[in-house]
Amino acid sequence: MIRLLHRIGDSSFGFLEQAGRLLLFLIRVLAKALRPPYCWRRVLRQIHFIGARSMLVILVAGLFTGMVLALQFYDTLVRFGSTSLLGSAVALAMIRELAPVLTALVVIGRAGSAICSELGIMRSDEQIDALECMAIDPYRYLLVPKLLACVISVPLLTSLFIMIGIGGGWFVAVVLFGLGEAAYFQGMYETVVMHDIYMGFTKSLVFGLLIVWITSAKGFFLHLERCGAYGAEGVSRVTTDAVVAASISVLCADYLISALVL
Amino acid sequence: MDCATVPGKGRGQLPIWLRMMNAVTDDSADSPVVEVSDLVAHYGDRVILDGIDLQVLPGEILVIMGSSGSGKSTLLRHLLGLKKPSSGQIRVLGEDLTRLDQKQLFRLRRKIGVAFQNGALFGSLTVGENVELPLREHTDLDASTIRVMARMKLEMMNLAGFDMLMPSELSGGMLKRAGLARALVMDPEILFFDEPSAGLDPVTAAELDDLILNLRGTLGMSIVVVTHELESAFKIADRIAVLDQGQLMVTGTVDEVRATDNERVQDLFHRRPRNEAVDRDAYLHRLTGYRHDAP
Repeated sequence: MIRLLHRIGDSSFGFLEQAGRLLLFLIRVLAKALRPPYCWRRVLRQIHFIGARSMLVILVAGLFTGMVLALQFYDTLVRFGSTSLLGSAVALAMIRELAPVLTALVVIGRAGSAICSELGIMRSDEQIDALECMAIDPYRYLLVPKLLACVISVPLLTSLFIMIGIGGGWFVAVVLFGLGEAAYFQGMYETVVMHDIYMGFTKSLVFGLLIVWITSAKGFFLHLERCGAYGAEGVSRVTTDAVVAASISVLCADYLISALVL
Repeated sequence: MDCATVPGKGRGQLPIWLRMMNAVTDDSADSPVVEVSDLVAHYGDRVILDGIDLQVLPGEILVIMGSSGSGKSTLLRHLLGLKKPSSGQIRVLGEDLTRLDQKQLFRLRRKIGVAFQNGALFGSLTVGENVELPLREHTDLDASTIRVMARMKLEMMNLAGFDMLMPSELSGGMLKRAGLARALVMDPEILFFDEPSAGLDPVTAAELDDLILNLRGTLGMSIVVVTHELESAFKIADRIAVLDQGQLMVTGTVDEVRATDNERVQDLFHRRPRNEAVDRDAYLHRLTGYRHDAP
């Protein structure tokens, strides 16, 4: 019994310790990110890695999501004779929910895992210590460019996802099922309002921040993991944890933002 | 604990009248560049460093020796300000590391160079860019001057022409030398070198030893080397400090340390195995410098 209580207490303290560390980490990175000077070359390099190199995956994911969405909506709406609503249904689902969430999940899988493992290897290989010893602030040198790049890239990738998704929906609705092009786009113009776009944009911004926060903190603090993560095995374990934690956080945040904004 | 203070070889090269004049005009000339007093460090409730007193004199090579898990890497991390001690004082170039804020610590670190065990070069930058990095971050020099300065340091390390290669294309010895070039690019007053010979073949290790001696000879800097290689330590050291289980066993010249009757030190010098039970957790803490709180 005492052993059980000891374990519960120990893991509670561990959780609080980790939560506190994550919060302080975020405050510190944000404080540095809000204060110039910025090294735009490093930020651009990160935008290239997180944003530009994710474009192909986003294009494919967006295209097929839009297509399958149109397929499913068409099948449902045709029963009620309301296929004219197809365009607005695809656009609303894309803008408000699917594009921000799926983009975030793609970015977590492609760039978030890379951010975490890169920082983890840098920590385990003493490169972060080397930066500190060279009097170079690792927060400013390593983390601020990643934060800015992620917060800039994720909303842009989300916009791309929405556009290509609507395009995929158009292909299925207009080209495959012969729905009128005007009906598809007219419904969209009439139903989508700025509020929906704000919601999607807010979500993508928050998701961008969550992704970079969780994945970089996990890698950066590799050496403070409770079970002693180190070397290749430690990096892989921490990266898996980071991807899982970031994905769950994105889904939880999605619900919270929807509940607050709607 | 034996303690002996010996003037550095570098200072011994100065004429006696100049040394006397220096002594009259400059009180700080002989004051230690690194001074550790009563340093205690813990991981959780375990004592990792226990009452360490140590001095590094200007222009000398001090070798910190000890077996794996003796606490020498932890001591180095404390000397670099990467870890805060539980108690005690660490003065580097006259400044108390335990009382500095981050800005002051960074200002102090510009005057020290650190060469890490595996070089700790950044994989995304070329060797040249790695060496240029401190100059690009801390000086307003133009790019061509920075490139020339970095190439000069690489040439000093016999790595001329390697500046365009990526770290992954270098051998272990080359990585260490490139890391050393980066540590020296700001012309530091003190150089810390972690395990220069570890993982190298005897010839490359001997070359690195000569390089360290040359550095002290030409640049006159104070050098702190952390190692467990006996041959290398005896070759380069002005003084040796031997750590064992977090305690400083002996400090002195090579001859003094060799002559010590401390049993643990003699075990280390004569490669005699110790058949003591080892506390696994304490061992892991000392070895890696990181926490391993297994239930």
